[in-house]
Amino acid sequence: MRPFSSLTAPACPLPIVNIDTDQLIPARFLRYPRSEGYSDFLFRDLRFDTDGKKHDFPLNEPAYAKAEVIVARRNFGSGSSREGAVYALVDYGIRAVIAPSFGDIFASNAIKNGLLPAQITEEAAEQLLAAGDMVAGRPVTVDLESQTITVGNLVLPFAIDPVWKKQLLNGWDDIDLTLGQSQLIEAFCTQDRQARPWVVPNAS
Amino acid sequence: MTERMTATIIDKLWDAHAITTREDGQTLLFIDRHLLHEGSFHAFDQLKARGTKIARPDLTFGVADHYVPTRPASSVGNPDAAEMIRQLERNARDYDVLSFGQFDPRQGIVHVAMPEQGLTLPGLSLVCGDSHTSTHGAFGAYAFGIGASEVAHVLMTQTLWQKRPKRMRISVEGRLPSGTAAKDIALTIIATIGADGARGHAIEYAGRAIRALSMEGRMTLCNLSIEAGGRLGLVAPDETTFAFLRGRPFAPKGDVFDRAVEDWRRLATDADAAFDRDVVLDAAAIAPTVTWGTTPEQAAPITATIPDPSRIDDQNKAQAIRAALDYMDLRPGQPLDGIRIDRVFIGSCTNSRIEDMRAAASILAGRRAIVPGLVSPGSASVKRQAEEEGLHTIFRDAGLEWVDAGCSMCVGMNGDTVPSGERCASTTNRNFKGRQGQGSRTHLMSPGMVAAAAVTGRLTDVRGLARE
Repeated sequence: MRPFSSLTAPACPLPIVNIDTDQLIPARFLRYPRSEGYSDFLFRDLRFDTDGKKHDFPLNEPAYAKAEVIVARRNFGSGSSREGAVYALVDYGIRAVIAPSFGDIFASNAIKNGLLPAQITEEAAEQLLAAGDMVAGRPVTVDLESQTITVGNLVLPFAIDPVWKKQLLNGWDDIDLTLGQSQLIEAFCTQDRQARPWVVPNAS
Repeated sequence: MTERMTATIIDKLWDAHAITTREDGQTLLFIDRHLLHEGSFHAFDQLKARGTKIARPDLTFGVADHYVPTRPASSVGNPDAAEMIRQLERNARDYDVLSFGQFDPRQGIVHVAMPEQGLTLPGLSLVCGDSHTSTHGAFGAYAFGIGASEVAHVLMTQTLWQKRPKRMRISVEGRLPSGTAAKDIALTIIATIGADGARGHAIEYAGRAIRALSMEGRMTLCNLSIEAGGRLGLVAPDETTFAFLRGRPFAPKGDVFDRAVEDWRRLATDADAAFDRDVVLDAAAIAPTVTWGTTPEQAAPITATIPDPSRIDDQNKAQAIRAALDYMDLRPGQPLDGIRIDRVFIGSCTNSRIEDMRAAASILAGRRAIVPGLVSPGSASVKRQAEEEGLHTIFRDAGLEWVDAGCSMCVGMNGDTVPSGERCASTTNRNFKGRQGQGSRTHLMSPGMVAAAAVTGRLTDVRGLARE
């Protein structure tokens, strides 16, 4: 996984609540293999109409063409477990999403792919969204170690689970860590087979 | 692991699956059941890249649902969907996993078919790469949806690192009024606590109205936990649960079943165990409920009117309402009862079980739908049972299409979509923009309410059409 430490890049404001995973990537694109890239699918139906014509949507504006950060309102990434929502953001070039809250599964998927879900207060989100208008396209700095967002003279703290922070900073992958626990897993299974013999199914 | 004097069912289940806990608080949980569907291909691709095997194929089960055509003819015109189904079959074969393919008599939506087969049991930890995996909590299982990277992790290790969730108890006391169903409880909860009200929490549903629900009703309720932001929602197992499970194909048999029931009886929250949050609702106050917006929290009783954003102080909330009404083509103050619809859909992992089919059929019997619609039973088995009961004739006589089992028009991945601009009364779980197809407008409600909407061509109070 690509580590995340600090980033200075343009941020795109999306002053919308409940941006769900169906908005992030409509279901019809989920059958494509990741190797083909998911960038074109991001916010597809918010960015384009059925004929492929561009909608009036912030990410379509030239000022935000190089955005690597998204600032949104509460409950970003709510809805389905589709990791495609994170693939679409990451493949488009987004490295951090700043919002007052995130869908639980979305946030977990984000960490696995090196995308930072930076949680700020509702007030801070409003400050940032307003600042975004003032400094359209000018860079925002997101620093994970100090957990701060800097835009112009405005410095705002953000929250992140300490475990996730460590994972992102180091670019750690869970699987190798887990495989190191195989003896404990085996011991659990041996004991559990006695305790709960009904767990392993047998069809009749 | 800390010994608790008293514990919630959520903690009991957690502790029973904890292999080890790190200093940073992350716990490695053992996973008793891993369910797969066509969307699992991302995880298989990760597995292939690492060149590893599946740790426990005996605890892993697959089923084709998201891309399954619901009409024999529709598969011909949709080669991409057909390839998704074949891909699951190939992966299952290559990795030695039992998977119910498109034509298997056990096929159905993963959250309908697996419980039906007795693969979902109380006390299990269960995961699936689908957010509605919370459905299986109806059995007192610790069940939650995961993303593709986590699916790959479970395939390789049969475990997951998780942080202990906060605990929320939602008690619904009293008796549910006639004409209302589990769907109305769920939509009322979501409208009350918000679409992120249970974020970071595992939910236990408790109270007399919950205990009175059938397994089908409990599955509907737990299914919608994720729409309140809760990754997991469950009901403690009881006699209703055990009766449902007895004799199911993959459920334990004979003495083992009896021994299991003894274990399962202990899966209850201790009398004085504490929750991080308690929510109490009065069942008697719950009415048939419909959504009017583009998030399940934008829901109200059918007797209500659409809120007026100009009267709402919270500017973000008012703006969200304006955007939703603009998309839904509705007006502030408009009564919900009477809104014209173009189409109905009865199906999905939320409401496609036999009880749902019966509820819809009881309203449609002897009546004609004045809008087109699709009825997709949740599994091949539900389809067979409904046909034995003659329900398919009621749906057909009413003018609705009776089709095969799959996720179908809930998510539109198999090509069953609501045309752009059309308004659909739907028994599904998400009214997100474009969820049922680009430009589609969805109103969520119970099967009885959808049947009532079919008959009148409008959102209608089912209580006016019910026969006692």
